[in-house]
Amino acid sequence: MKNEKSIYLKLFTSTFQLSAFTFGGGFVIVPLMKKKFVDKLKWINEQEMLDITAIAQSSPGAIAVNAAILLGYRIAGFAGAMVTILGTILPPLLIISVISLFYAAFRDNIIVNAILKGMQAGIAAVIIDVSLTMIGGIVKPRKLLPILMMVGAFTAVFFFKVSVVYLILICGLLGAVSMIIAAKQGRNME
Amino acid sequence: MIYLKLLWSFLQIGLFSIGGGYAAIPLIQNQVVDRNGWLSMSEFADLITIAEMTPGPIAINSATFVGIRIAGVPGALIATFGSVLPSVIIVLTLAYIYGKYQNLVIMQGILSGLRPAVVAFITSAGISLFFLAIWGEEARTYNIEGINPVAAILFASALFVLRKFKVNPVFVMFGTGILGMIVYLGVRHP
Repeated sequence: MKNEKSIYLKLFTSTFQLSAFTFGGGFVIVPLMKKKFVDKLKWINEQEMLDITAIAQSSPGAIAVNAAILLGYRIAGFAGAMVTILGTILPPLLIISVISLFYAAFRDNIIVNAILKGMQAGIAAVIIDVSLTMIGGIVKPRKLLPILMMVGAFTAVFFFKVSVVYLILICGLLGAVSMIIAAKQGRNME
Repeated sequence: MIYLKLLWSFLQIGLFSIGGGYAAIPLIQNQVVDRNGWLSMSEFADLITIAEMTPGPIAINSATFVGIRIAGVPGALIATFGSVLPSVIIVLTLAYIYGKYQNLVIMQGILSGLRPAVVAFITSAGISLFFLAIWGEEARTYNIEGINPVAAILFASALFVLRKFKVNPVFVMFGTGILGMIVYLGVRHP
Protein backbone atom coordinates (compact mmCIF):
# COMPACT_ATOMS: atom_id res chain seq x y z
CA MET A 1 0.00 0.00 0.00
CA LYS A 2 0.96 3.63 -0.37
CA ASN A 3 2.89 5.39 2.35
CA GLU A 4 1.00 6.54 5.44
CA LYS A 5 1.19 10.27 4.88
CA SER A 6 -0.51 10.09 1.52
CA ILE A 7 -3.30 7.95 2.99
CA TYR A 8 -4.00 10.51 5.70
CA LEU A 9 -3.92 13.31 3.16
CA LYS A 10 -6.29 11.46 0.84
CA LEU A 11 -8.63 10.68 3.75
CA PHE A 12 -8.64 14.33 4.75
CA THR A 13 -9.23 15.76 1.29
CA SER A 14 -11.92 13.18 0.48
CA THR A 15 -13.95 13.77 3.65
CA PHE A 16 -13.40 17.53 3.43
CA GLN A 17 -14.78 17.65 -0.12
CA LEU A 18 -17.72 15.40 0.71
CA SER A 19 -18.62 17.48 3.75
CA ALA A 20 -18.18 20.84 1.99
CA PHE A 21 -20.40 20.04 -0.97
CA THR A 22 -23.07 17.75 0.44
CA PHE A 23 -26.37 19.37 1.31
CA GLY A 24 -29.06 17.42 3.07
CA GLY A 25 -27.34 15.61 5.92
CA GLY A 26 -26.40 12.05 6.74
CA PHE A 27 -28.74 10.18 4.46
CA VAL A 28 -27.21 11.96 1.47
CA ILE A 29 -23.55 11.90 2.45
CA VAL A 30 -23.37 8.18 3.27
CA PRO A 31 -24.15 7.01 -0.30
CA LEU A 32 -21.56 9.50 -1.58
CA MET A 33 -19.01 8.08 0.85
CA LYS A 34 -19.73 4.65 -0.55
CA LYS A 35 -19.13 5.93 -4.07
CA LYS A 36 -15.81 7.45 -3.06
CA PHE A 37 -14.33 4.82 -0.73
CA VAL A 38 -15.84 1.61 -2.10
CA ASP A 39 -16.31 2.20 -5.83
CA LYS A 40 -13.53 4.66 -6.59
CA LEU A 41 -10.70 4.18 -4.10
CA LYS A 42 -11.59 0.54 -3.27
CA TRP A 43 -10.23 0.96 0.27
CA ILE A 44 -13.13 -0.94 1.83
CA ASN A 45 -15.69 -3.36 0.39
CA GLU A 46 -19.45 -3.09 0.05
CA GLN A 47 -20.25 -5.20 3.13
CA GLU A 48 -17.98 -3.12 5.35
CA MET A 49 -19.70 0.02 4.10
CA LEU A 50 -23.10 -1.49 5.00
CA ASP A 51 -21.84 -2.28 8.50
CA ILE A 52 -20.47 1.25 8.83
CA THR A 53 -23.81 2.71 7.75
CA ALA A 54 -25.73 0.55 10.23
CA ILE A 55 -23.53 1.55 13.16
CA ALA A 56 -23.48 5.22 12.10
CA GLN A 57 -27.28 5.36 11.95
CA SER A 58 -27.88 3.63 15.25
CA SER A 59 -25.33 5.61 17.27
CA PRO A 60 -25.83 9.00 18.85
CA GLY A 61 -24.66 12.07 17.00
CA ALA A 62 -24.58 13.18 13.39
CA ILE A 63 -24.67 10.30 10.90
CA ALA A 64 -22.08 11.96 8.66
CA VAL A 65 -19.63 12.35 11.55
CA ASN A 66 -20.23 8.81 12.78
CA ALA A 67 -19.68 7.34 9.32
CA ALA A 68 -16.53 9.41 8.85
CA ILE A 69 -15.11 8.19 12.18
CA LEU A 70 -15.76 4.55 11.25
CA LEU A 71 -14.31 4.94 7.76
CA GLY A 72 -11.17 6.61 9.06
CA TYR A 73 -10.77 4.00 11.78
CA ARG A 74 -11.27 1.09 9.39
CA ILE A 75 -8.78 2.46 6.85
CA ALA A 76 -6.06 3.96 9.03
CA GLY A 77 -6.79 3.25 12.72
CA PHE A 78 -7.35 5.84 15.43
CA ALA A 79 -5.24 8.51 13.68
CA GLY A 80 -7.29 7.90 10.55
CA ALA A 81 -10.48 8.51 12.53
CA MET A 82 -9.10 11.80 13.85
CA VAL A 83 -8.22 12.89 10.31
CA THR A 84 -11.67 12.07 8.91
CA ILE A 85 -13.43 13.82 11.81
CA LEU A 86 -11.40 16.94 11.10
CA GLY A 87 -12.17 16.71 7.40
CA THR A 88 -15.88 16.35 8.12
CA ILE A 89 -16.34 19.09 10.73
CA LEU A 90 -14.01 21.76 9.31
CA PRO A 91 -16.21 22.81 6.35
CA PRO A 92 -19.37 23.46 8.41
CA LEU A 93 -17.26 25.05 11.15
CA LEU A 94 -15.71 27.52 8.69
CA ILE A 95 -18.90 28.22 6.72
CA ILE A 96 -21.07 28.82 9.78
CA SER A 97 -18.39 30.96 11.45
CA VAL A 98 -18.38 33.29 8.45
CA ILE A 99 -22.20 33.32 8.29
CA SER A 100 -22.61 34.09 11.98
CA LEU A 101 -20.32 37.11 11.62
CA PHE A 102 -22.58 38.38 8.83
CA TYR A 103 -25.73 37.34 10.65
CA ALA A 104 -25.29 39.84 13.48
CA ALA A 105 -24.78 42.65 10.97
CA PHE A 106 -27.51 41.70 8.51
CA ARG A 107 -30.35 40.42 10.73
CA ASP A 108 -31.69 43.97 11.11
CA ASN A 109 -31.51 44.74 7.41
CA ILE A 110 -35.13 44.99 6.23
CA ILE A 111 -34.58 42.84 3.12
CA VAL A 112 -32.80 40.05 5.00
CA ASN A 113 -35.41 40.31 7.73
CA ALA A 114 -38.24 39.86 5.21
CA ILE A 115 -36.50 36.87 3.59
CA LEU A 116 -35.88 35.17 6.95
CA LYS A 117 -39.46 35.85 8.01
CA GLY A 118 -40.68 34.16 4.83
CA MET A 119 -38.32 31.27 5.43
CA GLN A 120 -39.67 30.74 8.96
CA ALA A 121 -42.90 29.55 7.37
CA GLY A 122 -40.85 27.36 5.01
CA ILE A 123 -38.76 25.71 7.72
CA ALA A 124 -41.88 25.05 9.82
CA ALA A 125 -43.39 23.29 6.77
CA VAL A 126 -40.19 21.27 6.22
CA ILE A 127 -40.10 19.99 9.80
CA ILE A 128 -43.85 19.27 9.89
CA ASP A 129 -43.49 17.39 6.59
CA VAL A 130 -40.69 15.23 8.04
CA SER A 131 -42.68 14.59 11.19
CA LEU A 132 -45.84 13.61 9.26
CA THR A 133 -43.86 11.06 7.26
CA MET A 134 -42.27 9.68 10.44
CA ILE A 135 -45.62 9.51 12.29
CA GLY A 136 -46.89 7.48 9.36
CA GLY A 137 -43.98 5.08 9.84
CA ILE A 138 -44.85 4.59 13.53
CA VAL A 139 -48.63 4.24 13.07
CA LYS A 140 -48.62 2.02 9.99
CA PRO A 141 -47.50 -1.30 11.59
CA ARG A 142 -50.51 -0.89 13.96
CA LYS A 143 -48.60 -1.85 17.07
CA LEU A 144 -49.96 -0.34 20.25
CA LEU A 145 -46.79 0.23 22.28
CA PRO A 146 -44.89 2.47 19.83
CA ILE A 147 -48.00 4.57 19.20
CA LEU A 148 -48.61 5.00 22.93
CA MET A 149 -44.95 5.88 23.48
CA MET A 150 -45.08 8.45 20.71
CA VAL A 151 -48.23 10.12 22.05
CA GLY A 152 -46.92 9.98 25.63
CA ALA A 153 -43.52 11.43 24.71
CA PHE A 154 -45.17 14.19 22.69
CA THR A 155 -47.51 15.14 25.54
CA ALA A 156 -44.65 15.14 28.04
CA VAL A 157 -42.30 17.27 25.97
CA PHE A 158 -44.79 19.64 24.34
CA PHE A 159 -47.25 20.34 27.14
CA PHE A 160 -45.25 19.57 30.26
CA LYS A 161 -41.78 20.59 29.03
CA VAL A 162 -40.24 17.38 30.42
CA SER A 163 -36.54 17.12 29.60
CA VAL A 164 -35.87 15.26 26.34
CA VAL A 165 -32.98 13.45 28.01
CA TYR A 166 -35.22 11.71 30.59
CA LEU A 167 -37.71 10.70 27.92
CA ILE A 168 -34.96 9.19 25.76
CA LEU A 169 -33.70 7.15 28.70
CA ILE A 170 -37.23 5.97 29.61
CA CYS A 171 -38.20 5.08 26.03
CA GLY A 172 -34.89 3.31 25.39
CA LEU A 173 -35.45 1.24 28.54
CA LEU A 174 -39.08 0.43 27.61
CA GLY A 175 -37.97 -0.62 24.13
CA ALA A 176 -35.24 -2.89 25.50
CA VAL A 177 -37.60 -4.53 28.03
CA SER A 178 -40.36 -5.13 25.47
CA MET A 179 -37.85 -6.60 23.00
CA ILE A 180 -36.45 -8.99 25.63
CA ILE A 181 -39.98 -10.08 26.63
CA ALA A 182 -40.89 -10.61 22.97
CA ALA A 183 -37.72 -12.64 22.43
CA LYS A 184 -38.51 -14.84 25.49
CA GLN A 185 -42.08 -15.43 24.37
CA GLY A 186 -40.84 -16.35 20.91
CA ARG A 187 -38.53 -18.91 22.45
CA ASN A 188 -41.31 -20.41 24.63
CA MET A 189 -43.53 -20.86 21.59
CA GLU A 190 -41.03 -23.07 19.84
CA MET B 1 -18.17 29.37 33.38
CA ILE B 2 -19.52 29.85 29.90
CA TYR B 3 -17.09 27.46 28.14
CA LEU B 4 -18.00 24.63 30.48
CA LYS B 5 -21.70 25.34 30.02
CA LEU B 6 -21.32 25.26 26.24
CA LEU B 7 -19.32 22.05 26.41
CA TRP B 8 -21.85 20.37 28.72
CA SER B 9 -24.86 21.45 26.64
CA PHE B 10 -23.42 20.26 23.34
CA LEU B 11 -22.13 17.04 24.89
CA GLN B 12 -25.76 16.27 25.78
CA ILE B 13 -26.93 17.22 22.29
CA GLY B 14 -24.30 14.94 20.76
CA LEU B 15 -25.06 12.11 23.17
CA PHE B 16 -28.84 12.09 22.90
CA SER B 17 -29.52 12.91 19.26
CA ILE B 18 -30.02 9.49 17.72
CA GLY B 19 -31.28 9.02 14.20
CA GLY B 20 -29.77 11.83 12.19
CA GLY B 21 -30.21 15.53 11.53
CA TYR B 22 -33.83 16.21 12.39
CA ALA B 23 -33.54 14.31 15.65
CA ALA B 24 -30.99 16.87 16.86
CA ILE B 25 -33.33 19.85 16.35
CA PRO B 26 -35.57 19.35 19.42
CA LEU B 27 -32.51 18.72 21.61
CA ILE B 28 -30.84 21.87 20.36
CA GLN B 29 -34.02 23.84 21.01
CA ASN B 30 -34.26 22.34 24.49
CA GLN B 31 -30.68 23.27 25.43
CA VAL B 32 -30.12 26.50 23.56
CA VAL B 33 -33.55 28.20 23.77
CA ASP B 34 -35.49 26.69 26.68
CA ARG B 35 -32.75 25.98 29.21
CA ASN B 36 -29.94 28.43 28.62
CA GLY B 37 -31.67 31.23 26.71
CA TRP B 38 -28.67 31.61 24.39
CA LEU B 39 -30.96 32.19 21.41
CA SER B 40 -34.52 33.48 21.11
CA MET B 41 -37.02 31.21 19.35
CA SER B 42 -36.76 33.46 16.32
CA GLU B 43 -32.95 33.26 16.22
CA PHE B 44 -33.28 29.50 16.63
CA ALA B 45 -35.54 29.37 13.56
CA ASP B 46 -32.92 31.38 11.66
CA LEU B 47 -30.25 28.95 12.81
CA ILE B 48 -32.21 25.93 11.56
CA THR B 49 -32.85 27.75 8.28
CA ILE B 50 -29.14 28.50 7.85
CA ALA B 51 -28.22 24.94 8.84
CA GLU B 52 -30.61 23.52 6.25
CA MET B 53 -29.16 25.67 3.50
CA THR B 54 -25.50 25.04 4.22
CA PRO B 55 -23.59 21.76 4.07
CA GLY B 56 -22.77 19.85 7.21
CA PRO B 57 -24.69 18.20 10.06
CA ILE B 58 -27.19 20.38 11.93
CA ALA B 59 -25.55 19.64 15.30
CA ILE B 60 -22.16 20.90 14.07
CA ASN B 61 -23.73 23.94 12.41
CA SER B 62 -25.60 24.79 15.61
CA ALA B 63 -22.58 24.26 17.83
CA THR B 64 -20.54 26.65 15.71
CA PHE B 65 -23.33 29.23 15.44
CA VAL B 66 -24.23 29.26 19.13
CA GLY B 67 -20.62 28.94 20.30
CA ILE B 68 -19.38 31.88 18.26
CA ARG B 69 -22.28 34.12 19.34
CA ILE B 70 -21.93 33.30 23.01
CA ALA B 71 -18.15 33.06 23.41
CA GLY B 72 -16.43 33.84 20.12
CA VAL B 73 -14.21 31.46 18.16
CA PRO B 74 -13.06 29.50 21.24
CA GLY B 75 -16.73 29.01 22.08
CA ALA B 76 -17.41 27.64 18.61
CA LEU B 77 -14.50 25.21 18.87
CA ILE B 78 -15.48 24.01 22.34
CA ALA B 79 -19.17 23.55 21.44
CA THR B 80 -18.25 21.66 18.27
CA PHE B 81 -15.80 19.49 20.19
CA GLY B 82 -18.54 18.75 22.73
CA SER B 83 -21.01 17.73 20.05
CA VAL B 84 -18.69 15.19 18.40
CA LEU B 85 -16.99 13.73 21.50
CA PRO B 86 -19.82 11.29 22.38
CA SER B 87 -19.84 10.09 18.77
CA VAL B 88 -16.13 9.34 18.81
CA ILE B 89 -16.29 7.33 22.01
CA ILE B 90 -19.53 5.44 21.32
CA VAL B 91 -19.00 4.76 17.63
CA LEU B 92 -15.49 3.39 18.14
CA THR B 93 -16.69 1.22 21.04
CA LEU B 94 -19.61 -0.09 18.97
CA ALA B 95 -17.33 -0.77 16.01
CA TYR B 96 -15.18 -2.84 18.34
CA ILE B 97 -18.12 -4.77 19.83
CA TYR B 98 -20.09 -5.03 16.60
CA GLY B 99 -18.32 -8.10 15.23
CA LYS B 100 -19.04 -10.03 18.42
CA TYR B 101 -22.68 -9.20 19.09
CA GLN B 102 -24.13 -8.43 15.70
CA ASN B 103 -27.73 -9.18 16.66
CA LEU B 104 -27.70 -7.82 20.14
CA VAL B 105 -31.36 -7.97 21.20
CA ILE B 106 -31.02 -5.23 23.79
CA MET B 107 -29.47 -2.79 21.30
CA GLN B 108 -32.27 -3.40 18.81
CA GLY B 109 -34.81 -2.98 21.60
CA ILE B 110 -33.36 0.35 22.70
CA LEU B 111 -33.44 1.63 19.13
CA SER B 112 -37.02 0.47 18.59
CA GLY B 113 -38.02 2.29 21.78
CA LEU B 114 -36.24 5.48 20.76
CA ARG B 115 -37.89 5.75 17.36
CA PRO B 116 -41.37 6.79 18.60
CA ALA B 117 -39.78 9.21 21.08
CA VAL B 118 -37.68 10.84 18.38
CA VAL B 119 -40.76 11.25 16.18
CA ALA B 120 -42.58 12.87 19.11
CA PHE B 121 -39.71 15.32 19.72
CA ILE B 122 -39.46 16.31 16.07
CA THR B 123 -43.21 16.88 15.96
CA SER B 124 -42.98 19.04 19.06
CA ALA B 125 -40.17 21.14 17.55
CA GLY B 126 -42.14 21.40 14.30
CA ILE B 127 -45.21 22.71 16.11
CA SER B 128 -43.12 25.28 18.06
CA LEU B 129 -41.68 26.51 14.75
CA PHE B 130 -45.19 26.57 13.28
CA PHE B 131 -46.47 28.75 16.16
CA LEU B 132 -43.48 31.04 15.77
CA ALA B 133 -44.04 31.44 12.04
CA ILE B 134 -47.80 32.01 12.23
CA TRP B 135 -48.17 34.05 15.44
CA GLY B 136 -44.73 35.59 15.90
CA GLU B 137 -42.33 35.71 18.82
CA GLU B 138 -44.32 37.85 21.24
CA ALA B 139 -47.65 36.01 21.00
CA ARG B 140 -49.01 34.82 24.34
CA THR B 141 -52.36 33.53 23.11
CA TYR B 142 -52.93 31.73 19.86
CA ASN B 143 -56.26 32.90 18.43
CA ILE B 144 -57.51 33.55 14.91
CA GLU B 145 -57.04 37.33 15.08
CA GLY B 146 -53.33 36.90 15.83
CA ILE B 147 -52.63 34.86 12.69
CA ASN B 148 -50.22 36.37 10.21
CA PRO B 149 -52.10 35.64 6.94
CA VAL B 150 -48.98 35.86 4.76
CA ALA B 151 -47.12 33.32 6.89
CA ALA B 152 -50.18 31.06 7.03
CA ILE B 153 -50.47 31.00 3.23
CA LEU B 154 -46.71 30.49 2.79
CA PHE B 155 -46.76 27.64 5.31
CA ALA B 156 -49.77 25.92 3.75
CA SER B 157 -48.41 26.14 0.21
CA ALA B 158 -44.93 25.01 1.30
CA LEU B 159 -46.38 22.00 3.09
CA PHE B 160 -48.58 21.19 0.10
CA VAL B 161 -45.64 21.30 -2.31
CA LEU B 162 -43.51 19.16 0.03
CA ARG B 163 -46.20 16.50 0.55
CA LYS B 164 -47.38 16.41 -3.02
CA PHE B 165 -44.19 16.70 -5.07
CA LYS B 166 -41.46 15.62 -2.61
CA VAL B 167 -39.25 18.52 -3.63
CA ASN B 168 -35.91 19.24 -2.00
CA PRO B 169 -36.53 21.29 1.21
CA VAL B 170 -33.83 23.76 0.18
CA PHE B 171 -35.92 24.87 -2.81
CA VAL B 172 -39.00 25.27 -0.63
CA MET B 173 -37.05 27.49 1.73
CA PHE B 174 -35.64 29.61 -1.07
CA GLY B 175 -39.16 29.90 -2.46
CA THR B 176 -40.74 31.01 0.81
CA GLY B 177 -37.79 33.37 1.39
CA ILE B 178 -38.24 35.11 -1.97
CA LEU B 179 -42.04 35.27 -1.67
CA GLY B 180 -41.68 36.55 1.89
CA MET B 181 -39.32 39.27 0.73
CA ILE B 182 -41.70 40.40 -2.04
CA VAL B 183 -44.83 40.37 0.12
CA TYR B 184 -43.40 41.78 3.37
CA LEU B 185 -41.48 44.55 1.64
CA GLY B 186 -44.45 45.23 -0.64
CA VAL B 187 -46.71 45.56 2.40
CA ARG B 188 -44.33 47.91 4.13
CA HIS B 189 -43.75 50.08 1.04
CA PRO B 190 -46.86 49.79 -1.11
